[in-house]
Amino acid sequence: MPEVHGQMGHSIKRVEDARFIRGRGNYVDDIKLPGMLYLDIVRSPYAHAKIKAIHTEKAMKVPGVAAVITGETLKAYNLHWMPTLMSDTQMVLPVEKVMYQMQEVAAVVATSRYAAADGVAAVEVDYEPLPVIVDPRKALEPGAQVLRTDKEGKKDNHIFHWEAGDKAATEKAFKEADTVVKQDLYMPRIVVASIETCGIVAKFDAVEGQLTVWMTTQAPHAIRTVVALVAGHVGLSEEKIRVISPDIGGGFGGKVPVYPGYVIAIAAAVVTGAPIKWVEDRSENIQADSFARDYHMTCEMAAKKDGKITGLRIKTIADHGYADAACNPSKFPAGLFSVATGAYDYDAAFVEVDGAYTNKPPGGIAYRCSFRVTEAVHAIERMADNTAHELGMDPAEFRMKNFIKPEQFPYKSPTGWEYDSGNYGVALQKAMDMIGYAALRKEQAEKRKRGELMGIGISSFTEIVGAGPSKHFDILGLKMFDSAEIRIHPTGKVLVRIGVQSQGQGHETTFAQIVAEELGIPAEHVKVEHGDTDTAPYGLGTYASRSTPTAGAATAMASRKIRDKARKLAAHLLEANEDDLEWERGRFFVKGSPDKGKTIQECAFAAYTNHPQGMEAGLEAVSYYDPPNMTFPFGSYICVVDIDRGTGEVKVRRFVAVDDCGNRINPMIVEGQIHGGLTMGLAPALFEELTYDENGNIFGGTFMDYLLPTAVETPNWETGETVTPSPHHPLGAKGVGESATVGAPPAIANAVIDALWHLGVRNIDIPITPAKVWTVLKEKGMALEE
Amino acid sequence: MSTHHVKVNVNGAVKEADVEARLLLVHLIREDLNLTGTHIGCDTTSCGACTVLLNGRAVKSCTVFAVQADGGEVMTVEGLTSNGKLHPIQEGFHEMHGLQCGFCTPGMMLSAVALLKQNPKPTEEEIRWGISGNLCRCTGYVNIVKAVQYAAEKMSG
Amino acid sequence: MIPAAFDYAVPKTLNEAVALLGQNPEAKVLAGGHSLIPAMKFRLASPALLVDLNRLNGLAYIREDGGWLKIGAMTREADLDGSDLIRKKYPLLADTAKTIADPLVRNMATVGGNLAHADPANDHPATMLAYGAQVVATGPKGERVIPIGEFFAGTFETSLAHDEILTEIRLPAHKAGAGGAYVKVERKVGDFATAAVAAQVTLDASGKCASAGLGLTNVGPTAIRAAQAEAALKGQPLDDANIKKAAQLAAAAAEPADDLRGPAEYKRGLIKTLTVRALRKAVERAKA
Repeated sequence: MPEVHGQMGHSIKRVEDARFIRGRGNYVDDIKLPGMLYLDIVRSPYAHAKIKAIHTEKAMKVPGVAAVITGETLKAYNLHWMPTLMSDTQMVLPVEKVMYQMQEVAAVVATSRYAAADGVAAVEVDYEPLPVIVDPRKALEPGAQVLRTDKEGKKDNHIFHWEAGDKAATEKAFKEADTVVKQDLYMPRIVVASIETCGIVAKFDAVEGQLTVWMTTQAPHAIRTVVALVAGHVGLSEEKIRVISPDIGGGFGGKVPVYPGYVIAIAAAVVTGAPIKWVEDRSENIQADSFARDYHMTCEMAAKKDGKITGLRIKTIADHGYADAACNPSKFPAGLFSVATGAYDYDAAFVEVDGAYTNKPPGGIAYRCSFRVTEAVHAIERMADNTAHELGMDPAEFRMKNFIKPEQFPYKSPTGWEYDSGNYGVALQKAMDMIGYAALRKEQAEKRKRGELMGIGISSFTEIVGAGPSKHFDILGLKMFDSAEIRIHPTGKVLVRIGVQSQGQGHETTFAQIVAEELGIPAEHVKVEHGDTDTAPYGLGTYASRSTPTAGAATAMASRKIRDKARKLAAHLLEANEDDLEWERGRFFVKGSPDKGKTIQECAFAAYTNHPQGMEAGLEAVSYYDPPNMTFPFGSYICVVDIDRGTGEVKVRRFVAVDDCGNRINPMIVEGQIHGGLTMGLAPALFEELTYDENGNIFGGTFMDYLLPTAVETPNWETGETVTPSPHHPLGAKGVGESATVGAPPAIANAVIDALWHLGVRNIDIPITPAKVWTVLKEKGMALEE
Repeated sequence: MSTHHVKVNVNGAVKEADVEARLLLVHLIREDLNLTGTHIGCDTTSCGACTVLLNGRAVKSCTVFAVQADGGEVMTVEGLTSNGKLHPIQEGFHEMHGLQCGFCTPGMMLSAVALLKQNPKPTEEEIRWGISGNLCRCTGYVNIVKAVQYAAEKMSG
Repeated sequence: MIPAAFDYAVPKTLNEAVALLGQNPEAKVLAGGHSLIPAMKFRLASPALLVDLNRLNGLAYIREDGGWLKIGAMTREADLDGSDLIRKKYPLLADTAKTIADPLVRNMATVGGNLAHADPANDHPATMLAYGAQVVATGPKGERVIPIGEFFAGTFETSLAHDEILTEIRLPAHKAGAGGAYVKVERKVGDFATAAVAAQVTLDASGKCASAGLGLTNVGPTAIRAAQAEAALKGQPLDDANIKKAAQLAAAAAEPADDLRGPAEYKRGLIKTLTVRALRKAVERAKA
């Protein structure tokens, strides 16, 4: 097969870099329109309070202030509440009460962001504080104050109960087990904190009825439809709504939701007739945007003496804040949490999740993961280590014993998933070889004799990504297919438009590579566009590692449609029978006469200049790809930590990550995604957490206390790969953007517990801070006060 | 509230503006001068997305008032390219895949330029410390370190 | 985050700056601005007038003079960090400058600002306590010298009058047998200390401790001088037993509170650990 520049497997440099390294990116805050006004938001200092009055008079007198918008303003248009993606409701602006600290209370529109900020400072609000519930376990206690008084007949704070697996079979497995290991695990509330915060520029042309918005969204089409559905009654019609997602400075799930700020800005654009810009501050981003995790999990693993896992049971209480504003597929209120059975082969599992309302911001979204997969992987991988330790087995040996074998794929999991492919033992062995596992265990034993604390942690995870097959997956009824549209120009150059949207993943490069692979047209001749609903085909957007599994597949399928037509054109040009033609990358030739052929470019030219009678001109194709199954990327990570007994500090000495995401389109980009993912796995493992006091006051609401790791805290990640293609994906690819975020936290937590197990330590909830470690060491008489 | 007339040499050209005393340098650059390559990522002087060179030193332009730059020299990402030729740090970021979403990239590159001016042959550890005032959420820093090493090599040799 | 409006003045002389402060009770001095400007953006501080010291000549210097190391208050942390003199003879100060915030902040932040802000979480206060430094305040009546022990009046409060400006910091000049170290635990680069210890020792000819200074960061309403620990070391050999005894006393002097960085008990434990580590390093350097 001839090679073409940029085909699959080539680490070509990224085309999008050219603008970014020159400071020529075009992010939402870079957009400036004539007559544009700026919007800033008044937020609640209370976590729960009645609003007695909002005084806007002083604010209206601030020079430059054009309007103050309150819940009452929006109520006139019935826009003060909006639906969430999970069929719940949340406030755009409150009329009666606020439900969390930093909730939007009013908005000020002014001629500059400085005037808007002055206006915000001048708005006075009278509150009557109400009792606050911050702990979801307390929220679910009988007799707890009902928070959602807006819901008629609501008598408690329970949102949903969801379960998967076989309860009776699992109970039986636990009864018959030799060992049952139980552990409470808390996955703390965190936020994605992309370096670009969220924002919007909204422009409404009242004469044309045309609304154009530029916004930080990972899913522009879905936003367009949501706006049309929510605001249809005020005259916004879907064909006159254009949502543009320009360059996005990181998404990670935080730019999937529709935040009240967006809606207020759109409303303000309609009300004032001027273009409106709203860009949130970092404090707002951290304190009010959708959170991730906040799962209180009680996990139990059943096993036989010989180390064979026989069952898993997890009971979870999920804190959703005051509204279930999760971004899960509709039928999955707990996302894909039921993949918690992991990479191991056993028959009995039962997992359940109960959602609760509290006085915290609504959510929760994924933090660079596929709908609660991180929580699931943390549970199973922490339990695997604890069970191995409890049985006196090496955690690597324990995993090897329990892995689903390669010949068992496709594998039906006890919670109902069909894993497409995997070869878990090979990945773990590779990671062990890379890091020198046996030598590290020896070093650890020697150090332990000297009182030094060193730990080795493993995580052998499987993900479930690429949502998803339309029979199971939809968001607000929109099926989770994705799309690609390809046009081949007469000179053989290509325009590809896709329904997914890059936030840094490099789609402009990798989607061109798919075309290069499938059509043999060099990647540099392929222009990729996305993010504009007026031009891109309908798609559900980029999150949950779905771009490659869905739109990537669509791009391959559309390319193949083009190839089919090109074959007819080649037959016409060669005066040969279609069936007598063979394809090699970039060219058809007559079987047996390899020098008699036509390139794809020649076929393209013919499509416009010399197409056969009876054939439509042009060379274009569209594909809406409905994946037959999810893909299941996997990997094995090993982490080595050293613990300072004097300070409790945990130092990640080494971290080896072996990932298997099937076939890699651009290995350089894949590796970059893994580096970033690992760092976003390190972050919640050791640093990041949003905490609240009993009055619902948030701690850690700025980058002073919400601790993103810098280059100094981040280790030099070591990566490796194995390749187990997906059997059902046209390219054999699986998706990789989130694997590392999902897989890394338990590897780090396991390493810390591995260092402390012999002292009787069974768990330290993440983030594993120096203070927590020192406190445990002190308890065990191991703190070194030198 | 006082307003002030400021003259700032930005990327080699003198720019003038009448500004409120409270105008932050980053807003002068982005809003008044329309140089939008300098970004804003936080409000606590933590993230470094707004990094520019002020009189040759890398500073966070969200924590400097525009009036403080009066009479001074500012270099932004737009000033890195000279005569259409990329600065070695820009080349390094491209060649070593040191960026993904691109949002932290301008600030990160300017920090690196300042570091290399002080320390033309930094070790990996020195690079990591040198860029520790700049947060990146995408790359895990591995390839940023390599990008700086690439530039160091190119500039020294 | 946008600061409230204010007036801005660039005095040409120190006297003018002092006069501006005297005339405006709501005025504040702008030095590096890296504590003040973020506070202004959150509108936690809204001064009516900023008196910018950045354009005054003669306030940024590092020099030895008359038995003192004199540091101009407007000296940037980066310049301390980059100074050969500091690195060679004042390692405690060099350690301290290196751990303040991050490299970009250090390009603007000043030594004087770090002290005059009187944040117990700032790093220079403990270091200056350990050195037994003095600060020079310039006011309408000229200069006055304030021993550092009398400078910090409380959290964010100093003994400076509203119309006084901190203009110089004086450290006893380096002598043979002196050495120091600053050891800090922070949650990540750029963070304030969870706790930190500044130690400065001078050894006599016999190798015993002629004098010791110990300052503690972020474990009380102000930086704390661990005077009892210092006294316990004086005249003693700086062996492990004495160092540990001093660490015990330093921990007893700490007044930490529970917060996001950890419980009080942890911080007290840290002070013990860090005192030992700082003293060991200081002794090692004193001997070198």
